[in-house]
Amino acid sequence: MPLLEVTDLRTYFTTDAGVARAVDGVSLQVGVGETLGIVGESGCGKTVTALSVLRLISSPPGEIVAGSSIRFNDEELLEVEPARLREIRGNEISMIFQEPMTSLNPVFTVGYQIQEVLRLHRGLSKREARAAGVALLAEVGIPEPDQRFDAYPHQMSGGMLQRVMIAIALSCEPSLLIADEPTTALDVTIQAQILDLLVEMQRVRGMALLLITHDLGVIAEVCDRVVVMYGGQIVETGTTEEILTRPQHPYTQGLLASLPGIGDRDVRLNPIPGTVPSAVDWPDGCRFRDRCSFAWERCAESAPDLLPVDGRSSRSARCWLLDPDEAAGRGAHVTPGEPT
Amino acid sequence: MTSGEPNVTSASDGKTAEGNGALDGEVLLDVQDLKKYFPVHGGVLGRSVAQVRAVDGVSFRLQRGETLGLVGESGCGKSTTGRTILRLIEPTGGRVLFEGQDLEGFDRAQFIAFRRSAQIVFQDPYGSLNPRMTVGSMLAEILKVHGLAETRVDRLARVRELLEMVGLHAEHAGRYPHEFSGGQRQRIGIARALAVEPKFIVLDEPVSALDVSVQAQVINLLRDLQDELGLTYLFIAHDLAVVEYMSDRVAVMYLGKIVEMAAAQELYRNPLHPYTSALLSAAPRRDPKTAPNRQRIRLSGDVPSPIRPPSGCPFYSRCPHPGKDEECRKALPVLEEKEPGHLAACCKHSMAVGGA
Repeated sequence: MPLLEVTDLRTYFTTDAGVARAVDGVSLQVGVGETLGIVGESGCGKTVTALSVLRLISSPPGEIVAGSSIRFNDEELLEVEPARLREIRGNEISMIFQEPMTSLNPVFTVGYQIQEVLRLHRGLSKREARAAGVALLAEVGIPEPDQRFDAYPHQMSGGMLQRVMIAIALSCEPSLLIADEPTTALDVTIQAQILDLLVEMQRVRGMALLLITHDLGVIAEVCDRVVVMYGGQIVETGTTEEILTRPQHPYTQGLLASLPGIGDRDVRLNPIPGTVPSAVDWPDGCRFRDRCSFAWERCAESAPDLLPVDGRSSRSARCWLLDPDEAAGRGAHVTPGEPT
Repeated sequence: MTSGEPNVTSASDGKTAEGNGALDGEVLLDVQDLKKYFPVHGGVLGRSVAQVRAVDGVSFRLQRGETLGLVGESGCGKSTTGRTILRLIEPTGGRVLFEGQDLEGFDRAQFIAFRRSAQIVFQDPYGSLNPRMTVGSMLAEILKVHGLAETRVDRLARVRELLEMVGLHAEHAGRYPHEFSGGQRQRIGIARALAVEPKFIVLDEPVSALDVSVQAQVINLLRDLQDELGLTYLFIAHDLAVVEYMSDRVAVMYLGKIVEMAAAQELYRNPLHPYTSALLSAAPRRDPKTAPNRQRIRLSGDVPSPIRPPSGCPFYSRCPHPGKDEECRKALPVLEEKEPGHLAACCKHSMAVGGA
């Protein structure tokens, strides 16, 4: 049984321009101790998926549509009472965000903010909470943790603050940590430190990690499995190696072809044309078809489900080209291959 | 080329090929020992109590038609360098020569001419466009101010030409900045820079705010425009792969100084400064076969404060080099040619090379 099982999640927002279908039928599973990456560009629904898992979507304007299911340890999170939800948040599922500076309260010391969690969730006394908090700061690699405990957020660097956020997130020993672009705001040498720390913490504690990022490099460093999102839907799933070396969906192929690698100077980049459509107005049929060089009439009629690749359910892509009968109807038969 | 006080004279002489081994064409821009210190105000009276050495003795030359990449982490002074060269910020010291002429002695007319020749594209295209002006009227205004198109008809034709040059359509001229996507806005920012027919453009993180697929579109556009118009770029960014892709030569900055400079491929294949090695090793790789297993050079700690930079090597506190010693802590290493056309500021490396 997976630790987290999201089934047909739909999170919609009511806006002036209409209903934005930010997440539109996402199903995914995270096993115990596993690292799953969600990758995609801005507006693809990756962050809303993560926020929905913790029910952090404010309503209105947001709404998790009936029929969605989020099961954690076989408990339906969309039906639990608020008191139980508070227990789950922090104790069993924790989350860290992109901007550590804005996640911490600037008028309290970082130590106070760690203590608060430990006292509320673990019922420690003030003194016990301080000792546990200092130990946590040491564990996440903050030098002189006893002194830094009394520092205010503005007295620490971005990398240090993200370590504090990780310490707070880990303080109640969650079995799942959701990390939403945890290193995007950080410099590359600090990013490497934080990724090392996340991997280390996960290994030591046997915790599952749901990592959300736009950076395929970060995915390659950290994740076991990947789901690629586009237009509020999952368009491809597979192991990290499969996704990065044998992408099947034209969008994944386009993403990889858009990135210059070190040593690729003389190759012209092959970007995906156009821009991401709006969530209030996804195209009919396949949502990627306007930007896809393989698209034909079939793609406008309807979008395929996630079709298995190589006959395995763990590896799939949402593209008609993977259905031999449909692809044959395209005329000039083209199989999506390696990115060029 | 050198950095630091004791070498100012040799930097100003600047006639030797030293440090610009790859340079054989016409020098468009010559930056000599450029410095920008920002005052830190404090106390009751708000007096200047300290200085942030944002740019601390930067020297390099740019050949016509070339792209120099400037990389480094936040706070290293790369953006301030770009802005100080353009005199968007007044430098504290040093000289900038554009087409052989010292900017310092420019009168108003010469300065306006320089503004036409040297332009900038910013990271945040939305923040750098006037939300109340249509794209067409904004571009037309530039043409009018600089006297580049006499009549309204000429201006409209030129606006259309500019929009098409950056991959937009003529009908976009009537729209406001908020009606465009991020990538399109960056195209407008580029069109604005091109409106005055510049020779040199500072590209200050032009693709950092864009999504991957759009980023690639803008990178291709910038490379095409350079080929077409013979532009010279100073490309400032923190993404190492993007910088290598865009640049002929690359300079790495740390704490306001250039610590290494070489031809792009040479720098990435054969980094001589331990900071460059660490940066390259920290960059996430997409190759899943090598990514999880490779040995990363770990840098401990954060960048020191540019208010009180260390007295010796600025990188001393984080340097993973096994041979670092007292000399590194005390003596400021000079940016010097270690291998043909390859400069680095590291005491340890000079010894290694000297012995060879």
